[in-house]
Amino acid sequence: MKTDDLIRGLAADNATHAASVERWLFGALAIGLALSALLFAAILGPRDDIAAVAGEFHFLFKFVVTLTLAVTAALLVLRLARPGVDVKVWAIALLAAPLMLGAALVAEFATVAPAIRMIRLVGSSWATCLASIPLLSAPILAAALIALRHGAPTQPALAGAVAGLLAGGLGAAIYALHCLENSPFFLATWYTLAISIVVVAGSLAGTRLLRW
Amino acid sequence: MQDREAEWAGLMRAAIGGDGAAYERLLKTMAPVLRSIARRGLIRAGRSEAEAEDVVQETLLAIHLKRHTWDADRPIGPWVHAIARNKLIDHLRRRGNRVDIPIEGFEDVLAADEDTPLVEARDVEPYLNGLPARQRDVVRCIIWEEISIRETANRLKITEGAVRVALHRGLAAIAAGYRRDST
Repeated sequence: MKTDDLIRGLAADNATHAASVERWLFGALAIGLALSALLFAAILGPRDDIAAVAGEFHFLFKFVVTLTLAVTAALLVLRLARPGVDVKVWAIALLAAPLMLGAALVAEFATVAPAIRMIRLVGSSWATCLASIPLLSAPILAAALIALRHGAPTQPALAGAVAGLLAGGLGAAIYALHCLENSPFFLATWYTLAISIVVVAGSLAGTRLLRW
Repeated sequence: MQDREAEWAGLMRAAIGGDGAAYERLLKTMAPVLRSIARRGLIRAGRSEAEAEDVVQETLLAIHLKRHTWDADRPIGPWVHAIARNKLIDHLRRRGNRVDIPIEGFEDVLAADEDTPLVEARDVEPYLNGLPARQRDVVRCIIWEEISIRETANRLKITEGAVRVALHRGLAAIAAGYRRDST
């Protein structure tokens, strides 16, 4: 094919307009979150004492950290979907959630007796946590990846991994409605591990699905 | 290179606003620059310059199919360059090359003497084989026979809207064919 012929063909296709990645992502996330909420209602449901603990700092902190992670990951992944955009600032912003968690860990370490630390870290529901967060994140990850296919990420594995952080953060926030563990020790260990599973899945899927 | 940035951004804005002639002019102005990037990159990777036109066409297709990822508030140069770089790397990787070659900054690219391809790009008609016959006919009319959308619609007795849809699918199929092909 001659390049001039191709250019004529491309110019003839000028009228076609695609929706922005932002619109795709918000639309897809709405559907992904709805599916995830249905899964949550069917399998887990909120903890029985949710009304009583709703005002407690450690309960609310779980949502602050996981939603901060999701929002910063969303802002980064939207930039990763556009070629030639400098993402440094947004990559640094991703540290907000880990820094909050770090601060909470230090505070917890200073106030909780050594004998109790290990008990809180292990908790009583780590297996449920490890299984539920990836499960609740799966529809959200799928939605984010579908949206990103409409973008043009030049680093598919990285974009997939950040989509995993986004999905993992939202999945963890939903799971936190059910989870009885409130210690930052538990959060830092098991939530982090569970979200890491989603990140690895996102990265592997991104390598395959986000090429263009 | 300030001039090129302003010219390209202006033409792309006009194109997005519906000006097909501005879009054709933009792509024609871009082609020699993309050719220069492709040739130099191929030489540095130890490949033949003869592959350059394939890379140019793949890049033009990507620019077209992903043009909604350009943010009109940002410069267009880095966007074009990132796509050109990405397509060059894809091309090299499919052929088993190392891809850690340096690719020159967009500002350094001069388009002099790169107006014409050394070797024409490959035959892409086989990439259309998966499409319905009617869509293949549309792409043939517009790309190879240089017929307008309206005349194509008349000749094939379908609506102009159907011609547009078929053309878009055809272009996407050509891009996908390039992506799969490692010969």
